[in-house]
Amino acid sequence: MTEQIFHLSPVTASVVNLNTPDHYLHWGFILISVANFLVIVAMLVLFALALGVPFFIGRHHKDLPPKARAQHLDTELPAEVDEAGGRPAWTTRARRLWLRRLPPDKLLPDTQPAYVASWIYVFGVLTLAGLVIAIVSGMVLALEGPIWWHTSSVGLFVNSLHLWSVECFMGFMAIHLWGKYWMAAWRGGRALTWMTGVVAFLVAIFEAFTGYLSQTNFDSQWIAFESKDAMNGSGIGAFLNTMNFGQALMLHIVFVPVVLVLIVGVHIIFVRLRGVVHPIDADEAHLAPEGGAQLLTGPSNGLEDALEATTPNSAPTTRPVAR
Amino acid sequence: MSAPSARVAPRRSERNVVAWNGPLRRYDILKEATVALVVVTILVVVLAVLFASPDEPPVTLQAWAKAQPRGFTAIALSELDGTSTSANYGPPYNHHNGSVQYLWGVSIQRAFGVTDPIKPAESFVLRPLETVGGKPQLTRALHRYNQATTAQQLSWDHRYGQVLARAKVINGSLVVPPANDGPVPEMLSAFLAMTRAGGLDAQLVEHASFYGTNYTKPILFLGDSATAQDNSYWNKLVTAEHLQGSQWGMMNETGSWPGQPWLWLYTMWYQVGPMSSSSNGDLEVVAIMTVCSIGLLFVPFIPGLRDLPRKLPVHRLIWRNYYRSYPKRPAGATRQEPR
Repeated sequence: MTEQIFHLSPVTASVVNLNTPDHYLHWGFILISVANFLVIVAMLVLFALALGVPFFIGRHHKDLPPKARAQHLDTELPAEVDEAGGRPAWTTRARRLWLRRLPPDKLLPDTQPAYVASWIYVFGVLTLAGLVIAIVSGMVLALEGPIWWHTSSVGLFVNSLHLWSVECFMGFMAIHLWGKYWMAAWRGGRALTWMTGVVAFLVAIFEAFTGYLSQTNFDSQWIAFESKDAMNGSGIGAFLNTMNFGQALMLHIVFVPVVLVLIVGVHIIFVRLRGVVHPIDADEAHLAPEGGAQLLTGPSNGLEDALEATTPNSAPTTRPVAR
Repeated sequence: MSAPSARVAPRRSERNVVAWNGPLRRYDILKEATVALVVVTILVVVLAVLFASPDEPPVTLQAWAKAQPRGFTAIALSELDGTSTSANYGPPYNHHNGSVQYLWGVSIQRAFGVTDPIKPAESFVLRPLETVGGKPQLTRALHRYNQATTAQQLSWDHRYGQVLARAKVINGSLVVPPANDGPVPEMLSAFLAMTRAGGLDAQLVEHASFYGTNYTKPILFLGDSATAQDNSYWNKLVTAEHLQGSQWGMMNETGSWPGQPWLWLYTMWYQVGPMSSSSNGDLEVVAIMTVCSIGLLFVPFIPGLRDLPRKLPVHRLIWRNYYRSYPKRPAGATRQEPR
């Protein structure tokens, strides 16, 4: 009964019929479908708009002065003792480490640097929103099994949500990546933030690939056949058989999403730890003196020390005036 | 016991992290996340309602056998006589060398060996035929074929192949001119009939006596037609959908839906030489993309790539509010904060 009601529901049928042969654009050796071309054009337009459209910061906006970081009692205690004067438990040490590196006002901030005033900054959180919808719609598909969406109009609609959330997720992530590149967002000890983001991007591509293999339709059948040679040629085929639907599905719904969410989580923690990168040629007075960081301090490591040694990035004294 | 302040003193490892000590603005991270989730949800629902999603049914062996009985039988014969792409593929399916790829003389593919052994003649043709019951003539033909020497089998296969090109399809059946080809006509006639009835599709699925999730055999069998016959049933469908590798097919989707545009670079390498005509093309493209991915990962450390954002003024657009509010001071001047 429910199936019949949904079957007649207008939301389960597409308004625009895309089940027709696509048109293709051909320039030299480049051959691209109009659909893919429009997606790429949409991404470029969004990127241009993100850079060009003035950011809304409110009529009564006024920059706030820098503030001192709140101290937490737990982190003020010496490392070698707990509250009772005894040896701190692993849990105590872990809590202190967490609070020292990532205190609540840094994890859930209510202020941010005044330079964070461009639409390009929203593509990180839009990427996360796309990922959340992809996961939720994928969970609904998983509840009913891999064949459901072929036979149910509700299933087809949920699959459509899954497809378009993935397209949005990948598109927003690419724009986020472009934006971060042009900000040189790895400066100031943020190389690991950049690198975890790139790994997330690569894992997301693999996650999408396993998803395409798991469709149990014409597309997945051909992708499984066509991609096997690259897998086999590179030795991956000994461990990943693209024509083994069961393996592709389990990778897609269990293993790879867990890895992806973990890497995205690490990336977000790095963003909160390091903060958002400061403007190129920022005023020297706005950058914290050595060891005196107010807002964005965080740990560094040997890798990033090396970067700092090779990339003079923070505040040269010859910045041209922008008017 | 140390003084409490010792715990918050700056540590050496923090020195290299450039921190912000400048002006701030109000921000609500939870509100931002909520608004983003609502906006993207609305966008996704609208796209799903407007465009739905593609779902073209898979090709079946039954449909192929019905559409091209002669082409289907030719591929079945190539499995029997060991001339198909699958039969000569190499690792991970067998020890041959037909599709083994090398990079600078090294084959990673061969190093991992045969992990998914497949004998096409047995797996794709003979074993499925053995499941057909109630046909004494077929049982005798199979027994005769299995008892014959390999040379005799190949001789029968070869003679059948010579007359197959002159076979005619009459009332849906394949009529092959007579030849000294032993039990092969009986076997392949039964094989075609079984497939046209839908019996082969399930037979080839791994462990398909009840459950099955591994479609390696049916896809390889079907794929042998794609590699051996330009006008095979599958090739025609795939070409019409622009899914062939030479059509940038990796990016494309059936119908008019967008596919995986993020694979544009990966797909592009297949269109240019030497990869476009190399027998090691897949491995070469994988190697190039591995280098590209590592390059993207290590952009912060690559001179030139890491310096480009400073040289091109895109950042001046992104941070134009900041640059306008806090212009460069003359040397020695003190900052007067904007009101």
